[in-house]
Amino acid sequence: MSLATPDTGAQGRQIPDRLKSPLQRFLVSWELLLLVVAVAVFTLNSFASPYFLDPWNLSDATFNFTEKAMIAFAMGLLIISGEIDLSVASIIALASTAMGFAVQMGADTPVLVMIGLGTGLLCGAFNGFLVTGFGLPSIVVTIGTMSLFRGISYIVLGDKAYTGYPSSFAFFGQGYVWWVISFEFVLFALLAIVFAVILHKTNFGRAVYVVGNNPVGALFSGIRVPRVKFALFLLTGLMSGVAAICLTSRLGATRPSIAFGWELEVVTMVVLGGVNILGGSGSIPGVVIAAFVMGMVTFGFGLLNVPGIVMSIFIGLLLIAVIALPRIAGRVIAHRKA
Amino acid sequence: MIRSLMKSRETILAGAILLLVIGIAIRFPGFVTPSNLANVFNDTAPLIILALGQMVVILTRCIDLSVAANLALTGMVVAMLNMAMPGLPVPVILVLALVLGALMGLVNGLLVWKLDIPPIVVTLGTMTIYRGIIFVISGGEWINAHEMSDAFKAFPREVVLGLPVLSWIAIAVVLGFIILVGRTPLGRAFFAVGGNPHAAVYTGINVGLTQCAAYVLSGALAGLTGYLWVARYAVAYVDIAGGFELEVVAACVIGGISIAGGIGSVGGALLGALFLGIVKNALPVINISPFWQLAISGSAIIIAVTFNATSSRAKGRVILKKAEHAA
Repeated sequence: MSLATPDTGAQGRQIPDRLKSPLQRFLVSWELLLLVVAVAVFTLNSFASPYFLDPWNLSDATFNFTEKAMIAFAMGLLIISGEIDLSVASIIALASTAMGFAVQMGADTPVLVMIGLGTGLLCGAFNGFLVTGFGLPSIVVTIGTMSLFRGISYIVLGDKAYTGYPSSFAFFGQGYVWWVISFEFVLFALLAIVFAVILHKTNFGRAVYVVGNNPVGALFSGIRVPRVKFALFLLTGLMSGVAAICLTSRLGATRPSIAFGWELEVVTMVVLGGVNILGGSGSIPGVVIAAFVMGMVTFGFGLLNVPGIVMSIFIGLLLIAVIALPRIAGRVIAHRKA
Repeated sequence: MIRSLMKSRETILAGAILLLVIGIAIRFPGFVTPSNLANVFNDTAPLIILALGQMVVILTRCIDLSVAANLALTGMVVAMLNMAMPGLPVPVILVLALVLGALMGLVNGLLVWKLDIPPIVVTLGTMTIYRGIIFVISGGEWINAHEMSDAFKAFPREVVLGLPVLSWIAIAVVLGFIILVGRTPLGRAFFAVGGNPHAAVYTGINVGLTQCAAYVLSGALAGLTGYLWVARYAVAYVDIAGGFELEVVAACVIGGISIAGGIGSVGGALLGALFLGIVKNALPVINISPFWQLAISGSAIIIAVTFNATSSRAKGRVILKKAEHAA
């Protein structure tokens, strides 16, 4: 197993001499295609149900994706760097349990927020340490911590639930900044901007792409690969903590099964947003639009009384289709040219 | 010979299991009576069968997270068939379960082989799709014991030579895998594909086809287990065996099957499954709440994978990325 082993499946990435203009690039981009889908879904929904266009309904619809999208931003960076974190939903469960436990001890809102964020960071650090410290495959590590973190919640809570969160804590998940604009939506928008700047405008963001495209090359060009990956696990843990605060605040209760199966939806959102599951490419605007598409589809189905588990079939199909379709299309185009 | 045996992962794991059993036996001698151990084995049989299927998938550098959903869907289909046609003989049901499971495995395999989609994405997707289909076909209803025919329910519990049929099937699958993995070209191909896909291509092995075969095998076993599971517990509903795929992967990881592919043994998968099965059955005996189960299997995965990485020092590989890993 030498370092120079060529990739079996995909052809080597072609790097053109000159980039096309930004407008040209946008016109053939995944993001534009997604945007068209988003508009189509929105239009279909407004025809399908007369209640869809109500501003309060639309505001409610955003709760379908804001929390997941917050994690998806960090997960996007992590997947671009060639790793994955399947424990995010379990981190939510553990962070929520920790906050619930603190409530029983009489903690107030600021302390709860610190505990939520702190638990997220700790879990992220644990994942990052195992992956970068021992060089373990992230998929196995996070399948393990996925059971471990949620398992701890089950040990603490069993079949019980924590309730009795202070009323000031409710603001994060139920508060409105202005008219129908919820706090969660504002937070989502701010985080989108922050992550877009980090990924697309900073040295760290470039390093994330380089690590994902060629870890060996990254090492030789002076990037501390393990440190970048560790930071990304930390970030993913932190965002899971943020999501845990929002979700716990919105539900007002903690059960060990909280956010069950979210890891799948977050990964789907990231992949639908055009991030290459093998690492190396992707963008935050893509993930943002994907979040809207998934949120609107879920909400539209909800208005049409489609049960949740049927929606999950759709999400599973979406996940496979968004990866399969470009490959099939590419193959057809290559076949025509030949 | 003895030295290499001492060092082998299987010996260490077998030793750990022995210590575990002795530790429990000192406090609770009732746990180690032959009849109770037979019960533990019977209880672990589905895990053993699925872990072996998962093993060949992991050997070829893939992963199958859809096994539990496949099991549940097949179980529901055969239960509904039995409800509609109570006269259908058990052998027919067994064949149907195998075929249906294999078909679902084939879907995974074709997506991985023909479209080159990363295995984790394919099986995460099909996992939710298969689960969702159960809801669609059953309408969320349960199928209970009184709706199943007696012959349908009796088959896995039938005692032959002191052991239930379920246990015998697990033993048969283990023996079948020892032959398949060690004595057939396909078995060698699994190792070759996982060990070095480029070299495998040069030796004339079709990598994608081999991976697809592994998925079909894993799917067929999941289908078979689906019938056995539903018949043994005499109930079928949407969520049966929920999260079981993780236990199956855990059994493989604990058994020393490298997630990077190419390394593993039938004995390892068997011992990994037995370890989890014994822990699961021992918890109520030593008075620990079953809610500990999840955290224990999570810790076991992490400890096992860390131990494997540090003991073998083989280069780790990210399953998501086909390129080599830097450090």
